[in-house]
Parts: sequence; C-alpha cells; structure tokens
Amino acid sequence: MSVQIKTVDIAPRRQTFGHVARRLGGDKPASRYQEATYDIQATANFHYKPYWEPEFWTYDTRKTAVVMDDWYKPIDPRQYYYATYNIARANMNQAVDRNFSFVEERGLLVKISPEARAALERGLLPLRHLHWGGNMNMTEMCQRGYGTAITAPCIFSAADQLGMAQIISRIGLVLDSQSGTSLDAAKKTWLEDPAWQEVRRLIEDSFVERDWFHLYVAQTLGVNGVLLDFIYKFAEPAFADAGLSVAMLTEFMQDWRAEESRWSDSVVKVVAAESGHNKTLVSQWAAHWIARAVEAVKPLSEALLGDGGKAAIAAGEAARLRAVALGLAI
Amino acid sequence: MTVKKLGLRQRYEHMTRGLDWETTYQKMDDVFPYDSFEGIKIKDWSAWEDPFRLTMDTYWKFQAEKERKLYAVLDAFAQNNGQTNLSDGRYVNVVKLFLTGISPEEYQAHRGFAFTGRHLRGAGARVAAQMQSLDELRHLQTQVHTISHYNKFFDGIGEFPHMHDRVWYLSVPKSFFDDARSAGPFEFMIAIGFAFEYLLTNLLFVPFMSGAAYNGDMSTVTFGFSAQSDESRHMTLGIEVIKFLLEQHPDNLPIVQKWVDKWFWRGHRLLGLVAMMMDYMLPKKVMSWKEAWDIYFVEAGGSLFQDLERYGLKMPKYADIATEEAEHISHQNWAVFYQYTHAAAFHTWMPDKEHLDWLSAKYPNTFDKYYRPRWELWAEMEKEGKRFYNMALPQLCQTCQIPMAYTEPGDPATICFRATQFQGETYHFCSDGCKDIFDGEPEKYVQAWMPVQQIFQGNCGGPTVLDVLAWYNLNAGADNMDYTGSPDEKIWKEWHPDADAARKAV
Repeated sequence: MSVQIKTVDIAPRRQTFGHVARRLGGDKPASRYQEATYDIQATANFHYKPYWEPEFWTYDTRKTAVVMDDWYKPIDPRQYYYATYNIARANMNQAVDRNFSFVEERGLLVKISPEARAALERGLLPLRHLHWGGNMNMTEMCQRGYGTAITAPCIFSAADQLGMAQIISRIGLVLDSQSGTSLDAAKKTWLEDPAWQEVRRLIEDSFVERDWFHLYVAQTLGVNGVLLDFIYKFAEPAFADAGLSVAMLTEFMQDWRAEESRWSDSVVKVVAAESGHNKTLVSQWAAHWIARAVEAVKPLSEALLGDGGKAAIAAGEAARLRAVALGLAI
Repeated sequence: MTVKKLGLRQRYEHMTRGLDWETTYQKMDDVFPYDSFEGIKIKDWSAWEDPFRLTMDTYWKFQAEKERKLYAVLDAFAQNNGQTNLSDGRYVNVVKLFLTGISPEEYQAHRGFAFTGRHLRGAGARVAAQMQSLDELRHLQTQVHTISHYNKFFDGIGEFPHMHDRVWYLSVPKSFFDDARSAGPFEFMIAIGFAFEYLLTNLLFVPFMSGAAYNGDMSTVTFGFSAQSDESRHMTLGIEVIKFLLEQHPDNLPIVQKWVDKWFWRGHRLLGLVAMMMDYMLPKKVMSWKEAWDIYFVEAGGSLFQDLERYGLKMPKYADIATEEAEHISHQNWAVFYQYTHAAAFHTWMPDKEHLDWLSAKYPNTFDKYYRPRWELWAEMEKEGKRFYNMALPQLCQTCQIPMAYTEPGDPATICFRATQFQGETYHFCSDGCKDIFDGEPEKYVQAWMPVQQIFQGNCGGPTVLDVLAWYNLNAGADNMDYTGSPDEKIWKEWHPDADAARKAV
C-alpha cells in the first residue's frame, strides 16, 4: 500500500517551446538544460556593427575559421545550466573547505621539508597566474563564441579557472601564515624565473588569438591538457613530503579536470568531426599548441624534477593520445 | 618573528587583482585592444574599489543555495498548477511580454559583461563584470524555466527567441541592447551597469516582480526575490563604475555625461513598455506608472544626481520631458498595441469601467481629457462589431524604433515629429531625445534593422499581414488579437467556471 495524494491533473496544451520541439523532432517534454540552452543567442537581424570589431556582427559565425552547420551540435554532456553548475561547484567546494581545515588544523604544510616548500613556492604557487590567464581566455570565448551551447559553459569554465587560482592562493596563504608574502614572491617567479618564462609567453600569446575556436583548442588541449596536467599529475614527486597535502588541497583541480574535459573533449570531437576542413584546422591547432606547451614546460620539468624534461614530454604524449582519441590527425 | 596577517580586504585583493600582471611578451595594448578608443582616461586602475568582495567559493555557495530554493518553488508551482491561482487569465500577457522582451536582454547582458569581464584593463573591474555575466545568465535561464510552465497552457510564449529577432516591437529592446553591445566597454558599463541596472532598475525589474506578487504569480515573484541580491550587487557595480570614471580624469566628464543623457533617454523609451504593462495589463494594480516614476526617478534619481553633482555630472538631458511624459506614455503605448493587436504576440483589451475609474483617479491631469474618451469610443465600436484595427504600417522612430505615436511636449493633442538629414536621406524621430542620440552617432543609427522598412523591402516573409505573422512564427488567431475570444480566455474559463458565471450575473 502506498500513500496517494490526490492532485488535480490538467493536460498541458504543449510540452515545450517551439524551437526546442523542432530540435527534439516533436513536441515532447524537454529537459531544463535543453530549454535553458537551445537557440537562446540571437542569430539574425542585428542592428549595429560593433565599434570595436566592425568587420563582424556581435554574434557572428565568421569569428572562427571552423564552420559548423549548427553550433548547437557541440552540447555539454554534463548538461550544465546555471543552477546545476553552481550546485556542483558548491558541493566540490565543501570538500575543499574540509581539506583545508584538515591540513591547517594539523599544521601539515608548516612541518614540510625546506625542499618541499621550495618546490611548492617555485612550482605550484605561480600557477595561479596561469589559471588567471585561463580565466581571461574562457571569458573571451564566452563573449566571442557562437551559440549558447558552447558559450555558457565557457563562462562556467572562466569561473572555475578563477576559483582554482584562488585555491592556489589559499595554499600560498597557508604556507606564509596568511601574510601574502609567498604570493608576492610567486608573482615575481612568474614574471622573472626562467623556468616559467615560456609558459608565460605561451599564455600571453594566447591572449591575442583572434579566432575563438582556435583559442578554445589552445586553452583546452594545450594549456589544460599539457601545462595544468603537468603540474597536477606529473610534478607530484617534486613536492616530496608535501605531496599528499598538495593532493588533498588540489583535489578540486583533479575533479574539475576529469569533469570539464568530458565537456571540452566532446566539443573538440564534435567540431572536428563536422568536416574535413574542420578536422584539418583543429588538428593543426592542437598539434601546434600541444607541441608549444611541451617545449614551454620543459624548463619547469627540469627545474622541479631534474628530469631533463621527461615529465614534460610524457604530459605532451598523454595530450597527443587524447587528441588522437578525439579524432584529430596528429 | 611575528607575521603580519592580511586584513580581509588585502586578502581579497590577493585573490583577484593580485592574479593579474603586466604582460611583456605581448603588448598590453594588444591584450586589451578595446579600452582606449572611447577616449576614457584611466590614470590608476588600482584606485578601483571592488564593489562586492566575493571569492568564487563564496559565490558558488550563495548562488547554489538560492537556486535550490528557487527550483523547489518552481517544481511546487508546476505540480500544484499554480497558474490556475492567478488573479485573472489576462495577467499571463505580462509574462509573455517579459519572456519575449526582457529575458533575451538578460542574455545580451550576460554576453556583454563577458566582454567587459575580459576587456577592461583593471582586474578588479573584470572580476566584478564576470560575476555579473554569470548572474545575467542565471536570470535568463531561471526566467525561461519559470515561464516554461506557462508556455504549457498559454499562447504567445513558445517562440520567444525567434520572435525576438524579428517581431516589430521586440526590436525596441533588441536594438537597445545591440546598441550597448556594439559600444565600447566603458559605454557598455555606463549603459547597462549604471543607467539600466542602477538608475532605472526599480522601474523595470521591480514593477514586473511586484506585479507578479499582486497577481498570484508565485513562481515569477520567487524568481524576483531570489534575484534581488544579484540585483543589489549589480547596482553597487553600476555606481562604482560611474564614480570611478569621473574620479579618474576630468576629461571623462563630458563623455560620461553624453552617455548618461543617451542611455537615460533610450531607457525611458524602453520603459514605456513597462509603463503600459503596469497601467493596463495587471489585473490587480500595484501602482500607476506615474507614481512609480515619481518615486523611483524623480525622488530617488534626483537624490542620486545630487550626490553625483560633486563630480560635475548633471541630471540627464530631457529628464523634465520624460517626467512630463509619465502622464501620457502608458496610454499612448496601449493605444498603439490595441490598434495593432493583430500583429502582437500578446492579447489586448479595452479597460472596463472599474479600470477606467482607476486610471482617471491616478491620472487626474490627463486621462479624462485625452484618453478616456478614446477608450470609451473604441469600446463602443467593439460593441457595434466595428472593433478598430489600424492596418497601415506605422512610421518608426529611427532611434528607439517605436511607432511615432508620442505627442509634443506641452501639447498632448499633436503628434511629435522630428527629422534629420544625413547623407542625402531623411531620418525620422519621435522626440528631441531620440533625434539628439541619432545626431550624436548617425553612422551607427542608419544601420538599424527597421522592422517596417524591412517588411516593405520584402524581407519579412511577404506582403500581407499573414505572411509577416507566419515569418514571425506567430500563430495567428491564438497568439494575437483581443483576450476576449482567445484560447487563453477559453482555458481560463474552464478552470474558473464559477467566476465566469458570477461575472455574467453582474
């Protein structure tokens, strides 16, 4: 027997919006993701050319060289809209707070060896600036990209990059007893340490990339795929006795990378699969930025691990395999 | 050794602007190519006061909590058929106007704040703009989800993005936001951040949400309450932007003044749709447009500009004309939509006696003299089976794109026409305010996609009204025309047979 509350049933006259029904192939119940995403961005009859980019309309498919019949093909497998995105991140962040409390209460980062501290200061803390660069790029793709299916997750990703820059900053504040000195030092390292300069050059070069999908490939396969993975996956031995604490404090990044790459990989895969033209371009871009990222991170690999750049090469190899699995010719 | 701990403010600065650096491998002017052409001079971005010190973790936490609560209410509203508890079926037309006219602009604001969130050179300002970009996406998406339930039962809602790009009156809000989006980053911040989100927000957001509260629309008003803390953050950003620009350099004042004048007037024209909604479309009235204008613009706006006077900023040009128009604008707009009801995706009606008396009381200087006789005549014509439709396409103002139906300042019996010659063509305007805006940037406004001209040029599906409605995806006979006799009315009466019988008995 079950409890049955009687409710008034009123038959709806339609299930969803017209534009959503056309995409579903009929008037069927649609998900909140679909209703919040499909065809939201304006596509026609714009009024004025932007002063700052008069060669294009505000929303214009010509802002990238890849061509899609429909920019609502590369949808988000996570089906994020604002609510589900924020709830997911708030949940992940509860673990961050627990982990910081755990490490701070036990003084785990206070007790580490000088070698580990030096490696964190040189190898991890400057990464907050690279995340900040990622934030700039994802925001740019949100504003210049085409179609809500891809631009909405871009602003989520921009927020993620900012959030990760702030987690790294919190690690610095734990290391320097909340004085901020380690963050000032990390900025100096980012700006001056030869081990970081090719990484900085790479991200600065990406800031001026005008083709937004080219930028998407550079950021997701090059920066996230090689540079971030190098630090978070390959450089752990450098952090020596702080390794476990760092792994705890950067759990967010591990979870984020696994989750976001489901989206970013699937977008690359769908766009490349659209045509030979797209595949050629995306493959060239991926090959270029992965190779650049490997070269850029080699000095860091040597500086942190003394490995002659082997870990950098391994990170690049993993990124290439990933790209090949997405259907790219590399 | 004692370590000096950071204060909260310094800690926040490390978390945001401390992340930024002066690029050296690429020139800063190439990384930020759009922040100089407007002529705004910034001496020192570090003087920017972060308007709300939110780190991402706090943002996620607050916003997730708000979303959980909001969606619980939306689910309950749908499960319990909350749409049957509205004050009247007519109310849904407010929701239609909101989703077709306002929500797509929330989306435009989302993309626009992503633009300034990337391209303002100051990192503090960028972070604030990015959070607003996220918030604006939230507003679009939650509005779609809120109104999705109404779409299941009522007409005129289901094609909102398609209509937004095409329908004649929706080009009023669309061109407003296209204007802001095609401007530089500083003008965008003044247009949307200051003029729209600070100066005029109480005349846009609040009337819709209060209207929902008064008319039993529990889901929309819950959205409103949920968005309130976002809106107050946006207001703080808007006021910070204008103060910052004015403090940075005296040369910024004339530029900012010109933008404030422009965006005030453009906002005033856009708000005419809200005025009409408040005075005519809400079955249960909150207050009249005139009352709202007096409270939120004359009083609150007045003291705001008193506060800004120390920077040399003056009240927007034509503020006095706008205040005079507050006695007329809702009536003149409703007259337009009544005449063109066959081409609108919401329903119209002539006010009943009780409503007419309310308008007479709220507008003692104008309603009985200029508008009540016309409404009574039109109601009489309806009774005689001669309901008045205007089948001629109206002339549109080149700037605001509203049909030329507004009257001369000081002379409510004469239609106001203004014109400008530019490159051998004549352009027409509804007001001095709109003409001045055109004259300030004629190369921009000649580009406008003018719905009526586009119909005449054959770009809108064909020569007949039905051709154009089909091109709009407007379901003729259901989405348009009077409420009386509409499928909306039919379904409402099915839910409320007793109310209908009671009305007939009277």
